[in-house]
Amino acid sequence: MRYILIILGVLVVTLSVAAGLIWVERRLLALWQDRRGPNRVGPFGLLQVVADMIKIFFKEDWIPPFADKGVFVMAPGIVMATVLLTFAVIPFAPGIQVLDSNIAILFFLGNSSLGVYSIVLGGWASNSKYSLLGGIRGSAQMLTYEVFMGISLMGVVMMADSFNFREIVEAQRKVWFVVPQFVGFVIFLIAGIAETHRLPFDIPEAEGELVAGFHTEYSGMKFGMFFVGEYLAITLISAIIVTLFFGGYLGPAFLPPVVWFTLKTIIFILFFILLRASLPRPRYDQLMSFGWKILLPLSLLNLLITGAVILSFN
Amino acid sequence: MFSILRTLWLTFLHAFHKRETVGYPEIKPYLPPRYRGRIILSRDPDGNERCVACYLCAAACPVDCISLQATQDQNGRRYPEFFRINFSRCIFCGYCEEACPTYAIQLTPDFEMSEYDRQNMVYEKENLLISGEGKYYGYNFYKVAGVDFGVKGKGKGDNEEPPGDVNDLMP
Repeated sequence: MRYILIILGVLVVTLSVAAGLIWVERRLLALWQDRRGPNRVGPFGLLQVVADMIKIFFKEDWIPPFADKGVFVMAPGIVMATVLLTFAVIPFAPGIQVLDSNIAILFFLGNSSLGVYSIVLGGWASNSKYSLLGGIRGSAQMLTYEVFMGISLMGVVMMADSFNFREIVEAQRKVWFVVPQFVGFVIFLIAGIAETHRLPFDIPEAEGELVAGFHTEYSGMKFGMFFVGEYLAITLISAIIVTLFFGGYLGPAFLPPVVWFTLKTIIFILFFILLRASLPRPRYDQLMSFGWKILLPLSLLNLLITGAVILSFN
Repeated sequence: MFSILRTLWLTFLHAFHKRETVGYPEIKPYLPPRYRGRIILSRDPDGNERCVACYLCAAACPVDCISLQATQDQNGRRYPEFFRINFSRCIFCGYCEEACPTYAIQLTPDFEMSEYDRQNMVYEKENLLISGEGKYYGYNFYKVAGVDFGVKGKGKGDNEEPPGDVNDLMP
């Protein structure tokens, strides 16, 4: 019973946070661009989310006649499914965790790699030029950033001596891993932005060049699924950064662990939106060379030095 | 790297800046008196129509949105029988106001004239004519100079001399 309650709770909270982020992002972008943002529907425009959802449900759900219908319908579901699955292994507090897996990091990396199928298949099944270009860019970006995303986490794994998220959090009782693993944190943050296709790394979408990239042909709730999937991914990456580098649910005892986890996650979500508000999108080849020539050697170096230090202390 | 962090910080500081947006329906923006908005027809200080139906505004209008028909009252004074402005065509350029010799047609600082039905954008004379003098107080075209149309006697205008006596030989 308790188990089912936890599953339902995690599902409802993450989905409503992702939906609420639509409003949060629009308000915050407005805040940082000296505008006001949506403030008409409900108090502070909070019901904007409801209005958006009603609108998107009543839109015509159009499938282009030239599209590969089965794959076209399936693609938006993949991104939602993979991201929601990953939430299962995250420890929100001691005891509030769906699956205490001892390969949690591998599970997360595997799911995020599967998530790119959503973009590639969506771009491919749309059977239009811009969508295909977006899909190709998405897969190339994912290949690049997936590599050192995994490598940058290995430092944490070595220090905690575990792939289990809960044990990694418990290993940060003395000091958060962001201090000894600062390079790993920065690399993982950059890879995480690329993983979620957020600005400044949203080149699969790149509305300036590719209309809307991989979801050019999508409309109605299928587009909404991509949209909510992106916000879910932001929440996920923020939660994982908090779990791996910022002590997860650990914090002074005057607040319950769940609150600490939520607060830290919110700070990173806000940081993601701040990134979008301030940085321009790099060119496609700049992004690739930045990944392969700078971040990959840096993460390997980080891994090497962390290993050497741990070995010399033992 | 440093420039990226600086950009982030500067963008964050914008949270404390003054908003550029005006909260429009609650807070009305300031519009200068010579703002070019809804077009009106004004009256002279005596309460008569200023418009003399000279067609200059209709001729000056680049989108041909003004339509009128001249007629005369019992004193021979010209006035428009109908005066129609199609605001779905009007571009608010203000040329009609510049062309008008009697300050009759004027643009006002009012822009809230949306309609659900396009036909309602066509304003007739009773919609355009206001009871006041608009931007130019105290100006009465017929009192300055010109022919007697029941507004002033012959030679009684502000810039007029009384008419000379044709039987007098003196210069």
